[in-house]
Amino acid sequence: MSLFTGGYQARQDRRRYLERGLSIIATFGILYWLGINFHKSPSQFFQASLIGLSNGVLYALIALGYTLVYGIIELINFAHGDLFMLSAVFSANFIAIWFHKEKSGPAAWGVFLMCLVAVMTFAATINVGIERFAYRRLRRAPKLAPLITAVGVSFVLQFIGLRWNGSGPKTWNTVLPAGGFHISGVNIEYTTIISFAVTAPLLLLMSWIVTRTRQGKAMRATAQDQDAARLMGINVNRTISFTFALGGALAGAAGILFQQTRGLTSYNLGFQLGLIAFTSAVMGGIGNLQGAVLGALLIGLIQGLNDGLPIGLGQQWSQTVVFSILILLMAFRPTGLLGKPVTEKV
Amino acid sequence: MSALLEVKDLKVAYGSILAVKDVSLTVNEGEIVTLIGSNGAGKSTTLRTISGLLKPKGGTITFQGQRIDGKEGHEIVAMGLCQSPEGRRIFPRMSVRENLDLGAFLRNDKEAIEADRERVLDLFPRLRERYEQKGGTMSGGEQQMLAVARAMMGAPKLLLLDEPSMGLAPVLVDMIFETIIKIREQGITILLIEQNAAAALDVADRAYVLESGRIKMSGNASDLAKDDAVTKAYLGG
Repeated sequence: MSLFTGGYQARQDRRRYLERGLSIIATFGILYWLGINFHKSPSQFFQASLIGLSNGVLYALIALGYTLVYGIIELINFAHGDLFMLSAVFSANFIAIWFHKEKSGPAAWGVFLMCLVAVMTFAATINVGIERFAYRRLRRAPKLAPLITAVGVSFVLQFIGLRWNGSGPKTWNTVLPAGGFHISGVNIEYTTIISFAVTAPLLLLMSWIVTRTRQGKAMRATAQDQDAARLMGINVNRTISFTFALGGALAGAAGILFQQTRGLTSYNLGFQLGLIAFTSAVMGGIGNLQGAVLGALLIGLIQGLNDGLPIGLGQQWSQTVVFSILILLMAFRPTGLLGKPVTEKV
Repeated sequence: MSALLEVKDLKVAYGSILAVKDVSLTVNEGEIVTLIGSNGAGKSTTLRTISGLLKPKGGTITFQGQRIDGKEGHEIVAMGLCQSPEGRRIFPRMSVRENLDLGAFLRNDKEAIEADRERVLDLFPRLRERYEQKGGTMSGGEQQMLAVARAMMGAPKLLLLDEPSMGLAPVLVDMIFETIIKIREQGITILLIEQNAAAALDVADRAYVLESGRIKMSGNASDLAKDDAVTKAYLGG
């Protein structure tokens, strides 16, 4: 018996050393790679980081919608990426077609702000509607049922996008100021600043709602135990609707930011960015809000550095790098970066 | 004494299986009433239905003269009917403080809430020691105390207790039953579910015996404790 446990112990130790060794080698490898790149061209390094982070905040807005919904009803809402896509198409139509604004200017910026409010309301309403009609009835059904429904809803939204936007990508004139300025060789675009300026307050507002308000308390309680939450007098249905509204509003904001910074819409945007955002949520630890933001910024940064640094694998390898890192991370930390299960005594 | 809670001909089904076939019971103001019965008799189902977590298939539930069957759980809590559920169901990733806060979720009377908080912490001094600890990391006994304390934070008129002694060490079982008497002294009416029939009949005024979904017997707790059939089936005599 002791022989067996001894062998097991030794194997465990060996495995732990191997893991530690590998992660040290990986860390040094990455640091070395960043170091030589930084040494070669600091301005390019900062430029790539900036681009990466500005993509990262966009991913964060979408990733939060996945993680909020997963946190409260343990559903991976596959339709969420497509909600982002519809929001982008809505924004393009709102600004360029309904309000005829295709040039930058004070009046157009006013329309941009109006559209921000409108698209957040639009996406929140659709998300609440989806939960009400497609997911609510399945709340006590086996987990696979709402999952496949979510895939179905994703297709429905995608085909609405296809009808609305056409089968090919569409380019748009945007109303945000073009160009930017230079700080010691790093080109900072106005649109980047606007992305940060819109996203940061939204993230702060969200974290305030979840941690400080009564509604947030109801959300956290419902996430931990629905029946117990009901016994506290919490209106669970309304709390879940509210969570979908919150996630939807953030996807709406991501939609307008994407459309106005890239000037592009396409019916399959939801698949591309949705997948990256979902990956961010998993990387950070699904269900964990800070984790989703951290994962999104990291993925944005990894992509930005990989694409923009003088010595790197280049854009074609971007997704491969991101998902390789995800796979490695999942193997060693299955709960994600910040997701740590509390040991629960029974 | 007036009936605070009146359950009439209650039927509850899970799918097509009737778990509660015919339950009628009354709880008067100021009483401790216990519902005893073996595992699977339908005790928890009855309680979950009273709290609005399950919808009845038939029958009526009246609380303070108002029909509450068909009402949502949160509306029932708002009327002053709180439950400490089976298996404790405390919020594991929240501290004792946050769990107690949630117990008072529907209340706005700040001062009265603080007074109640002191009251339940006096009742369970152990919770004061564990005040900032996460619920999920506490022992079973402490979690049980928290579940009862949390239900009391809702300022209930009627407190439903589902198996408060389950899985606890004998010392703690005694302590829980003593606390139940203290809670009644504070003017809260109690409907208690127990597998530990002896202890339950000891603290209760009246009792109902539930057997495979039907009320088989009812009466004064002290009479039932002496009853041959009850003794044989539930008191290990």
